[in-house]
Amino acid sequence: MNISKEEVAKVANLARLELSEQEVIEITGKLDKILGYVAKLNEIDTKDVVPTTHALAIHNAFREDVVRPSLPQQEALANGPRQNGEAFVVPRII
Amino acid sequence: MDYPGLSIHALKDLLVAKKVTPLEVTEALFARIDTVEERIGAFITINREQALRRAEEAGKQLERGEGGVLCGIPMAIKDVVCTKGMRTTAGSKILEPFIPPYNATVIDKLEEAGAIIIGKLSMDEFAMGSSNENCAYGVPKNPWNREYICGGSSGGSAAAVAADESFASLGSDTGGSIRQPASHCGIVGLKPTYGRVSRFGLLAYASSLDQIGPLTKDVRDCALMLNVISGYDPKDSTSVNQAVPDYQSALTDGLKGMTLGIPREYFGEGLDPEVEAAVKNAVEKLQDAGATVRQVSLPHTEYGVAAYYIIAPAEASSNLARYDGVKYGMRDMDAATLMDMYKKTRSKGFGDEVKRRIIMGTYALSSGYYDAYYKKASQVRTLIVRDYQQAFAECDVLVSPVTPTPAWKLGEKSHDPLSMYLSDVLTIPANLAGIPGLSVPCGISRAGLPIGLQIQGAHFQEEKLLRVGFNLEQRLDMKGRKPDL
Repeated sequence: MNISKEEVAKVANLARLELSEQEVIEITGKLDKILGYVAKLNEIDTKDVVPTTHALAIHNAFREDVVRPSLPQQEALANGPRQNGEAFVVPRII
Repeated sequence: MDYPGLSIHALKDLLVAKKVTPLEVTEALFARIDTVEERIGAFITINREQALRRAEEAGKQLERGEGGVLCGIPMAIKDVVCTKGMRTTAGSKILEPFIPPYNATVIDKLEEAGAIIIGKLSMDEFAMGSSNENCAYGVPKNPWNREYICGGSSGGSAAAVAADESFASLGSDTGGSIRQPASHCGIVGLKPTYGRVSRFGLLAYASSLDQIGPLTKDVRDCALMLNVISGYDPKDSTSVNQAVPDYQSALTDGLKGMTLGIPREYFGEGLDPEVEAAVKNAVEKLQDAGATVRQVSLPHTEYGVAAYYIIAPAEASSNLARYDGVKYGMRDMDAATLMDMYKKTRSKGFGDEVKRRIIMGTYALSSGYYDAYYKKASQVRTLIVRDYQQAFAECDVLVSPVTPTPAWKLGEKSHDPLSMYLSDVLTIPANLAGIPGLSVPCGISRAGLPIGLQIQGAHFQEEKLLRVGFNLEQRLDMKGRKPDL
């Protein structure tokens, strides 16, 4: 096994997903197969190979730090499932 | 006159000559949609009233001899690109109520050029899929044979253009999501160089791989659309500040002096003989047009899928963290605590494939596994980049199949994610390297399903891709072939 049910349940919690027992079993089975396949990468020696995280050589795209018009508050809030005209409202935290 | 069947450039000539008005064209397009959409299912949202109003305005502009290069041309867009005031779902239940408060830069550019956005097109949820079967709003069918997939993730875009329900479309391509459905639906699709087109307003899947590009009826339209959407955007710091050439001007040049590389790894096991024959025939036509051909090698091709299915889910797990029920989209209103709200909202809002990739990505990035998965995949990505650098030292462009097989039957791979992933083996490497890739129709299988030729080039070599594509199109005479609907 490349991944266990317990690991899937743990990672699901980290990713803020609630999975039923059935879903955990199903996802574990499918991920196990996928992880088995990606292990193929270990056939290649990558010692001293610099990782690529970005396809183009762009570094530090700076811009001037100036105030510009932004989305008005009401428009920014408009898609909130629950809001009070000033802020998004969520279940009580403290 | 069958207006919906026309290319953009043919329609443009009629509009400018005042032989037809944008309103007549838009009405004809809606009539076409009313006739075929029930059988295709390409759309998620249609906005008739706004489209007709804009068509009238475009008509007045043309009357005055004004208007941009797309003035009065109606089109629909993949539902992953934000359209101000027009619902944008990414094919997901979690964004069912989302009305973007702003336009993506590409939408601003299309509208400045005069295009009329008529609606939003079906896609795999958050662009995760190769068949468009992972969509919360129904599964579009392949217009050539409705028992087959139209491809994905920009399946609705490809199906709509192939079925003459849209004059062109925009899609997004993270591992082949423009080129593959274009190939399966017999149209032209281009993934531009990473950074050529602004991603501002594109709902992110895997940010280091995603790129927006056109799906069109022919290569000339593709060049035209690319000119409209390309260019540096201060709102996307990964867009590149490099001059945009006139992509249409070099199309008609022949291929004399151009070297086509045939990557031998793209013709390996699993390649359908009909696809192979169609591609070989296309290569011969390109030689007739003056190109020379040589064999090249991209030795790490077979590792692309494995690297991709670590890198893309890793980036997705981070990008999709924003869908938490707070700022937009749906929320589970019954949850009593914040944590419960996050979990219930995300579990009800995301479909199976999206959950799977979030978990895969979170796992690959988690403590203790990072080096074994993410770092390893990023190193293999470097080797794939080097393969291309070596190949492009020997040739101008690479020609190959887009996919190993024509479209498969609906449902055939939907229960086996890995077999679906492996179908992207020939398109994924271009995303990992950030290079452009073009899909152009090059044949039709005995079962009546389209086959595409993929043309890849070095960074910012779109002109060469389009020139090769145009030459092929001229010599194959496929343009008259349309699905029978």
